[in-house]
Parts: sequence; structure tokens; C-alpha cells
Amino acid sequence: MLSIADTSFSSRLFVGTGKFASSSIMRQAVEASGSEMVTVALRRVDLENPADDIMTALDLNKIHFLPNTSGARNAAEAIRLAHLARAASGTSWLKLEVTPDPRTLLPDPVDTLKATEELVREGFTVLPYINADPILALRLQDVGAAAVMPLASPIGTNQGIRTTMQVEIIIAQARVPVVLDAGIGAPSHAAQAMEMGADAVLVNTALAVAGDPVRMARAFKAAVEAGREAFEAGLGRQSKTASASSPLSGMVTADLNFIQA
Amino acid sequence: MPPSIPQFSQLRQWLAPATGDDVRAALTRKRLDIHDLAALLSPAAEQFLPEMAARSREITIQRFGRTTQIYAPLYLSNFCINRCAYCGFAAGNPIPRRKLTLDEAEAEAMILYERGFRHILLVSGEAPKTLGVDYLEAITLRLRDKFAALSIEVQPLDEDEYDRLFKAGITAVAVYQETYDRRVYDRVHLAGKKCDYDYRIDTPDRAGAAGYREIGIGALLGLADWRAEGLALGLHLQWLRKRFWQTSFTVSFPRLRPAAGAFEPLVTVSEKNLSQLMFSLRLFDPDVGLILSTREEARFRDGMLGLAPTRYSAGSCTAPGGYTSGEHDGEQFSIGDLRTMNEVCAMVAAKGFDPVCKDWDREFQV
Repeated sequence: MLSIADTSFSSRLFVGTGKFASSSIMRQAVEASGSEMVTVALRRVDLENPADDIMTALDLNKIHFLPNTSGARNAAEAIRLAHLARAASGTSWLKLEVTPDPRTLLPDPVDTLKATEELVREGFTVLPYINADPILALRLQDVGAAAVMPLASPIGTNQGIRTTMQVEIIIAQARVPVVLDAGIGAPSHAAQAMEMGADAVLVNTALAVAGDPVRMARAFKAAVEAGREAFEAGLGRQSKTASASSPLSGMVTADLNFIQA
Repeated sequence: MPPSIPQFSQLRQWLAPATGDDVRAALTRKRLDIHDLAALLSPAAEQFLPEMAARSREITIQRFGRTTQIYAPLYLSNFCINRCAYCGFAAGNPIPRRKLTLDEAEAEAMILYERGFRHILLVSGEAPKTLGVDYLEAITLRLRDKFAALSIEVQPLDEDEYDRLFKAGITAVAVYQETYDRRVYDRVHLAGKKCDYDYRIDTPDRAGAAGYREIGIGALLGLADWRAEGLALGLHLQWLRKRFWQTSFTVSFPRLRPAAGAFEPLVTVSEKNLSQLMFSLRLFDPDVGLILSTREEARFRDGMLGLAPTRYSAGSCTAPGGYTSGEHDGEQFSIGDLRTMNEVCAMVAAKGFDPVCKDWDREFQV
């Protein structure tokens, strides 16, 4: 089971709440996804208002509320938002997003590291959104990030995993969970991420803009479960028939006659 | 927190079911997991040894180039408080005991320097009261400007002691678990601090925490099931990599050599077994440094060159003061490759590899 900062999750699908046609559709999609971790942009909600559309649409008994700092351009803004979120909601969990470029919304590695360090010191459970940079992931882990969230491709592009090599390295090296975030546009992308060994994926646009967000949420749920199952089963190990038909007898050999019997 | 290595009975259960198909799969996979390693170490892999060797050679050359690092050990002292059944230095063995003075140690080092060595490994028995951190710090300060790399293989130290030696100029720490099989470990470590399995296995972590750029682990072959030992090494390596991503790691596979005390190896590990172990580790971890010392015979070391190992010792003497005196009395074990450093380097070059003596610089660590 997935565990982040000593909290267990039986679903490995995290969902975002932006871009949906209505709060009601968002609620249904979240439910259908089976997700237990839902991220909400702080700039979109009024945490002081008990009747807030988005917050009332979420069943906080079932799901873990993960506020995010979407819109923050630097560490100082992100830290300020984090303080507001904690004061208003009581949660110290935070998806840290620092995106100085409003067009690509690509994350700023320098300020993300700076803000993570500060927020961890203040007792936050920080899940930073990052470019798929393995060294940055390790540096964030070292300063106490609870997980890392590398992007599959730029946010909102639905391009799938375009950062495969770097993500593979992050998965191989990181001690903290790796949540693939941004760019996951189809259930097959989510399944691929899980097959690669990602601990979870976060999906938003692909659900929100689907013809039927609720059915798409179900599709993602199934894809994430299938991908994880494949990873745990040991992908490739099942390819016995294929490797039997490919002539491995043609493999290169080295002369070992120097070895004493 | 020390790594938790499963019981050998459990490791053997990972090894037992491996088939030829599992070995084939492991040979073609890009990134190997611990179960692939189990397949490569299993008896089923023995018929694939030439294929494993070829793959291992390909990875080794891709990662390390056509180079082989060369170093020499410098034995500082053979005093030891431990009684390890297999070791010539064991307390109670009637061998001449000697601890080099700082001047003597420096003279030994200078002989190695004149021979062309720039990487030396300082070795001693475990006798902290006779040869402690003060001594090690002092000899390091004397040698640091001459040598590019100074490794230690001495008693396990505490983190603050590793920190002191790091600041003095020690560049790498080697500490071998000898065997990861707790049962056997307890059987062969009869007395002394080394009896504490957990303190020893936690030692690479303490060195890692002190910031060392290179840490060596290893198993003494001849004590327990070498296949399970290989799996345990893989697990330990995997654990260390996750914790110390800025550190390079090396693995040594010393096979038991004849030594004072007439200890008979508990299990036989053939050259074929040793090569399988080295190829397996190479495929499992393309980046790990693999050491093949003068414990092995020239013929075997020549044959293995470029296939998996990345570092060879040369012209070694395992007795304190042996380079000055030319005597081997009081040695830890008798060596298998008696060639001089020049002869070893000539062999390396003749095989199309560059013997590398300097692969570090003092300036990294001032």
C-alpha cells in the first residue's frame, strides 16, 4: 500500500479539481476515480467559507485534502499561501507549485527547493511539483520532501510521459514516493507510469475535459490499478514465449577458458 | 539504522526457483531488480556464464572505459583484539606482531610512491588502543600531499571518527561484513568487538553520514553460501545507494587464502563461482566498482581483466613493514599474484587497457 508521511492510501490515483464544468461533475468524477487524495488550488477556494462550492463537493471523510499553491511565482508567494492554507484548513499537507512562467507553468527548481526547505522546517508535509530532474528530486528528498511529483510532460498538454529516462532514474533512486504529475492525458499514460514503478499519478485535465469525466475517471481508476498490478507482477518476466522465439543462442559470449576448473 | 538483510534460508528461497528463462530475461533487461540478481546467481545461470561475461564486459567498458585502476595496500599493524577463525592476524595466533611507527609507515608509503602508486589502502588489524584514530589521522596528514587517494580498511569507527579522518584526507572507507549469514558470522567471530554483527553492518552508514565519496563493502568467500552472499551484497548495495546518493560504492570478493591458524574454508568457492558472482553484480549495478585483489592468481586476474572488475591491487605485501624488509613474516594471508606493479601494469596495457594510478585529486577534499 502507498504510504506518504505515514499516511496510507489504497488508491494510487490522485486527482485535481480544476477545469471541471461544474462542482457537481467534479464531485462525481472524484468519486468514480476512487481517489483518496484530491488537490485543490488555494486560489480557487475560500477556505473560510463553509459553503464553498469546491470544498463542499468533497467528502473529506473519504479523501485526503491536499491544497496546492498553483499560481505562486516564487518561494515567498508559495510560503505565504501555505500559511493561509494551514490556518484556514488545519492541514499541514501541501502540494508545492512554484511556476514563474504563466504560459508553460513549468516549475522553478531553485525556488521550489528553497520553499520546500523552509516549509519542512515549519512542519509542513510538502509534496513538490518538479520538472523530471533526478538530482533536484534527491535534493528535495534530502531537505525533507514527503514525496516528489515530477511532470510527465508540461501541464495540460495531455502528451503523456515525455520524460521517460529521467523519470526512470528518479524512480530508481528516490527513497520517497514518486507521483507522476502533469501531462498524463490518457489512461494508457497512467498505466505506463505505474508499470514503470511510479508510486502514484496525479490527473486533472484529462478528466475535466473528457467527453464524460465520470466514465473517464473510472477508466483511469482501472488503468492505474492495472499498471500497478503489472509492476508488482514483475513486468517482462512473463515474456517467456517471446524470449523463447527470439534466438538468444545468438547472444555474444566471452571466452572463459582461463578459469581453472 | 542498519539494513535488514534476510536470513540466508530466505535468500536461498529466492535463488532456488530461478530457471534458464529467468536468466535469459535478466540478461536482456535494461534495469535489473533483486530477483534478476537472484536468477544470475542461481545454479541455472551457470550454463550462461559466457553470455553473462560478454554482457558484463559490455557494461563495464561502456561505464568505465578501457581503464583499470591500480592500487596497493599498506599494512600498518597486525595487532588484533578479535579472534576471527579465518584470519592470520587473529589474537592468539603465534605470529610476529608489529605496528609501524609513523616514520616506518611513511617510509613504506614512499616505497609505493616511488613504484608509481598514487592510491594506497591503509590496512590494520583491529586494535583501537594500539592503533587508533590519532595514529590514522597523523599518518594521513603525512601522506596526503603525496597520494591522490588514501583509503582505509581498519576497525569500524564511529561517525565523528570518520569525520575526523575525512577532514585529515582519507578519501574512502572499506569495511567488509565478511559474511551476511548471521549464523556463520557468530560461528567464526570468536572474540572481540567484531562479534557485533549489527555494529559492523551499520558501519558503511556511519561512513556515508560522514560524507565519504567512496565506500567499499564486501564478503569473504569461503564462509557461507556464496550465492546468498551475492544477494545480500546486492541488497546492502541497494540500501546504501538509496541512502547516500552522492557516494560511489565498491564491492570486494576476497576468497579465503591460506593463512596462519590453518583454518579450512567452510565452503568451496571456485574461480567459476567467483566469476559468476562478479558478472552478476556488474549486471545488477552497472556503476559499482568491483575489486579483484592479489589474493587471486595472475592467470585468473589476467583473464578477468575488462570483464567486470574495475580495480586491481598490485605488488602487494600483507605484512606490516614488508615493502621495506622484503619479508612476509607476520602477513595476513599469502598472496596469489606475486608480480610487481610494473608487471601488472604491463599486462593491463597489453590487453588494451589503461592502468590508471591517479584517479582522484587532493583538491577535491581540502
